[in-house]
Amino acid sequence: MKKELIKEEKNLFPPQKMGNSRRDFLKIGGLVVAGSGLLLLSCNNDDDNVIVPPGEVFDLGSGDLGILNYAYALEQLEAAFYTKVLSGSYWMGANANEKQILEDLYNHEVIHREFFKVAITAAAPSADKVLPTLEFDFSSVDFGSRDSVLGIAKILEDTGVSAYNGAGKLLQNTDYLLIAGKIVSVEARHASAIRDLINPGSTDFAGDDILVDLAGSGKAYDKATMPSAILAAVGATGFVKTEFTADNLPTS
Amino acid sequence: MNIIKLLESLSNDELLNKKGSRRESINHFKNAGKNIALASIPFGLAATSNKSSAATMSMATAAIQASPTDVLNFALTLEYLERNFYQMGMDTSGLIPDGDKDVFGQILKHEVSHVNFLVAALGDAAIDEPTFDFTGGDLNLDTFSNYQTFLALSQGFEDTGVRAYKGQAGALANDNTLLEYALQIHSVEARHASQVRRMRNEKGWITQSETTIPSTFSAIYGGAIPESNTTQGGVNLAGMFDSYGGDDAITEAFDEPLTMAEVNAIASIFIV
Repeated sequence: MKKELIKEEKNLFPPQKMGNSRRDFLKIGGLVVAGSGLLLLSCNNDDDNVIVPPGEVFDLGSGDLGILNYAYALEQLEAAFYTKVLSGSYWMGANANEKQILEDLYNHEVIHREFFKVAITAAAPSADKVLPTLEFDFSSVDFGSRDSVLGIAKILEDTGVSAYNGAGKLLQNTDYLLIAGKIVSVEARHASAIRDLINPGSTDFAGDDILVDLAGSGKAYDKATMPSAILAAVGATGFVKTEFTADNLPTS
Repeated sequence: MNIIKLLESLSNDELLNKKGSRRESINHFKNAGKNIALASIPFGLAATSNKSSAATMSMATAAIQASPTDVLNFALTLEYLERNFYQMGMDTSGLIPDGDKDVFGQILKHEVSHVNFLVAALGDAAIDEPTFDFTGGDLNLDTFSNYQTFLALSQGFEDTGVRAYKGQAGALANDNTLLEYALQIHSVEARHASQVRRMRNEKGWITQSETTIPSTFSAIYGGAIPESNTTQGGVNLAGMFDSYGGDDAITEAFDEPLTMAEVNAIASIFIV
């Protein structure tokens, strides 16, 4: 299945909607990755495992289905990352505690990913409304480096928390809302553990660097970030190779 | 986001001016919670629903759910409990080792913020602060003289808090502002829970309904939908992930809600 090379230059979001993706991306929390690009690319020219027909770009869709596809995309990203972690030299040589934590995170994210696949397949009116399996490129990450692996894990988990928090109000079906609630607190547990591995015994597990203030009561709240900003940030990492759009997600 | 917006949101609530005593609130929660069993609708069914029909079918419980004011007061009760618990812990000389004081200082700071936020949001509708007894009355717990007991209760309160907020998401579903605030608190409680669990050499996440805190508090991990639940969105995931940590990992990957009644039964152990 061939894709037009010109697609590689196509932006995920129209500029007028997206604004400056780098700026948005920095705004939501320092998701800086060496060598990251601004685009989600579709450079799968030699890949025959893509469901989206040539010339078509998958759109996440509208309503709850769109939000579920959005969550599925994030879970695919996390699961793919930890899959790479567990085949990397840092993890293989890590102490038993860190190995167990990262293996648990891998298991949880794979379960989340597969759960969404099953759930969305059941919920979607047709199979072509289900986000396909995405391709990822983690070549910018040094999986032999503890700092690199834990640093990216922290970003992904914190991003997951703010993404689910921001998506809650966009869901119409309260069963989906409860599911999101069941998952977001696990992502927060992950974020806390990763942050404590990086800086043990500190306040970082729920640090002032990531929490925000509400109504002047102090920094004691996780962020709640809209999908547009999350996807801009994810796009800016350069991790996601498969192009998709989010033109029809609910915004309120 | 500001408190004015929140208050505007609350002002639509007919119960805003009904300032119930804590006891009234607790009783109300108990009654409300009695019949609550969150419906598990298979995704295939729910998927075809638009907003109204989804609301009807997916939350058969909606009619008996608490008002937003009741939910906020319920949350405030738990935040009062946590704030007092950590304040007393930090104030007790020799209880918390120096190496752990940053962690508990940070948690205390958050609980103080949560209390202040909820009190401001509720205004005159805010319940009075209950009187707490962290020995658990007849349980005679050595909470502030034995650090291990303090840690165990901390874990219990944080995990209960996570499950309590989660259980009220549906009740706030029609108020986007309040729902988002609640979610923003909910995940911070989960960060706390993970940290304290790991300080006790437990995993940061909950496996099955296992716990190493005293069995008196097994309800913290039990309930109508226990932490050991493997059915999500109407799909029983048990046995589907044997290469990925198995059923234990499934239960870890999803936290579960507690009803108001279930939470109040736990909290009431420490309320005089």
